[in-house]
Amino acid sequence: MATLSAARPKPTSRFKSWLYSRPEKPYVHPYLGGALLGVVLFLAFFITGNGLGASGGLNRYVVYLEDLVAPQHIDRVSYLLKLAGGDKNPLDDWIVFLTAGTLVGGFVSGWLHGRLKVETGKGPHISIRSRWFYAFIGGSLMGYGARMARGCTSGQALSGGAVLSAGSWVFMFAVFGGAYALAYFVRRLWL
Amino acid sequence: MAPFPLPLEALLGKAGMYLIYLVIGFAFGYVLEISGFAISTKLAAQFYFKDLTVLKVMFTAIVVAMVLIFGASAIGLLDYNLIWVNPTYIWSGILGGLIMGFGFIIGGFCPGTSLVSLATFKIDGLFFALGGLFGIFLFGETVQNFDSFWNGSYLGRFTLMDWLGLPTGVVVLLVILMALFMFWGGEQLERIFGGRDLKKEPRRRYAGAAVLALAGVLVLLIGQPTTSEKWTRLASTKDQALAAREVQIHPGELLATRADDQINLVMLDVRSEADFNQFHLQGGRRLPQDQIESVIPTLLLEPAANTVYVLMSNDETAATQAWKTMVAQSVPNVYILEGGINHWLEIFNAGDPQITPTPVPPGNDLLGYTFQAALGDRYSAADPNPHEWELEYTPKIKLQQKRGPSGGGCG
Repeated sequence: MATLSAARPKPTSRFKSWLYSRPEKPYVHPYLGGALLGVVLFLAFFITGNGLGASGGLNRYVVYLEDLVAPQHIDRVSYLLKLAGGDKNPLDDWIVFLTAGTLVGGFVSGWLHGRLKVETGKGPHISIRSRWFYAFIGGSLMGYGARMARGCTSGQALSGGAVLSAGSWVFMFAVFGGAYALAYFVRRLWL
Repeated sequence: MAPFPLPLEALLGKAGMYLIYLVIGFAFGYVLEISGFAISTKLAAQFYFKDLTVLKVMFTAIVVAMVLIFGASAIGLLDYNLIWVNPTYIWSGILGGLIMGFGFIIGGFCPGTSLVSLATFKIDGLFFALGGLFGIFLFGETVQNFDSFWNGSYLGRFTLMDWLGLPTGVVVLLVILMALFMFWGGEQLERIFGGRDLKKEPRRRYAGAAVLALAGVLVLLIGQPTTSEKWTRLASTKDQALAAREVQIHPGELLATRADDQINLVMLDVRSEADFNQFHLQGGRRLPQDQIESVIPTLLLEPAANTVYVLMSNDETAATQAWKTMVAQSVPNVYILEGGINHWLEIFNAGDPQITPTPVPPGNDLLGYTFQAALGDRYSAADPNPHEWELEYTPKIKLQQKRGPSGGGCG
């Protein structure tokens, strides 16, 4: 089902050949990947007391931009006030650095294993442009839901699941439930 | 006290602390990428039963981390109370989860995986991440319309152990068994819907399953440390603090702290209901001895770093017992009212004709005064005016920085 629509760009400069020249390697086995992820998650808790996360970091980037553009607006909304009110800098938080690290880590692994590729992952029956549109819509829902649930798949399901928070387990089943419930109706996107 | 988690900011400063988070984030992104989580089609295949990588990676990660966390806690290396446990908000969690499930199957990612996807130049990952930022922005702008829903159905630090009423080790083992069952079921689904040949799967995964199950049994057998075991580990240093009277604050210091609006003071009165009704400090909350353990999860979630707890009984005996419980359970900034309510009244009752001293033998934690009526906090000694008193004392309250969690990955 995976149709990868754009080819690897031809290396034209030394930078590009450095970026793309490494041979593509296969992914690790899911159980091995999971075990490594589990060790990373454990070390996060063990060393810092905090788990992993992504949406919290993104949230703070958004609030930072809002604070640049419309600081008065921040002071009128209590939810935003907590993050960036007065002289508070929304970027002064651990999750911001964790999220930045995630981007770098993903990039380095993609580079090392020859998997940096400008492409769009999509099902065989939709156009690239519709795929971009649906990715944006899905992302918006994800972002909205993640703030509603106070955490995303990483911050709630993974981290909260490992420390046995009851709410995180309920949340996790809601995510899988929602996705499975809708999967049949949007199968044109993927199958 | 269990040495981990580390007080990173005190140890390394802010820059060092953020560097650690950067490294952890790097490892997180790296592991997501090598598991194939940058590819939306691979993630979406989960929901058509063709490729259950998402389920396998996620649940393996959860059970491995869980076993390590509770194993480390069992042998006293890690303090579970200092770990961020996502507080439970039932309905906003369920609704948010459903919305995210829809977003997952429509968009093909979750926030973390979309970051890794865009970091490896996938354009759909970029659009998803932009959408995510937009959704986050939208939430910030609309949440005030349903604030009470969003903050409702709050259960605090509520674990599966609390919910099921089972010991930690049993829950750990049950979760492992459930995960192994799901892996088995997932592989069957992959065989049926995805045409996967299970014979080609590595046989070492059975060994991995056995190790996990064994580790779960071990965590169950060792058990989690009880309050008294935690106290035993601390006793040598904390008994010294008690003996050196480092944590017993003079009534004058409590009076000053009550007036200090930089400090979020919580006065916990551990006496009997009868004594409490006779007389207590204004703002004091009654906390019966047998309920201390059960309120600790609430105290651990206390977000304000400037919170100071002052425990009081008639003298110091019961308050000291309560102090040991709270300190053993890693509640920060806990103090005892020196000499208890009796000492307080000795200073502040100021010839109130309704309050008569009635000597009691020391050390029995009995109320050394009789009252004409059970007026509670309506005696003037329950709320003395700090400007009318000039008292000599050695200040002892030192705000300790909270170790460990600062609000979860969601703040």
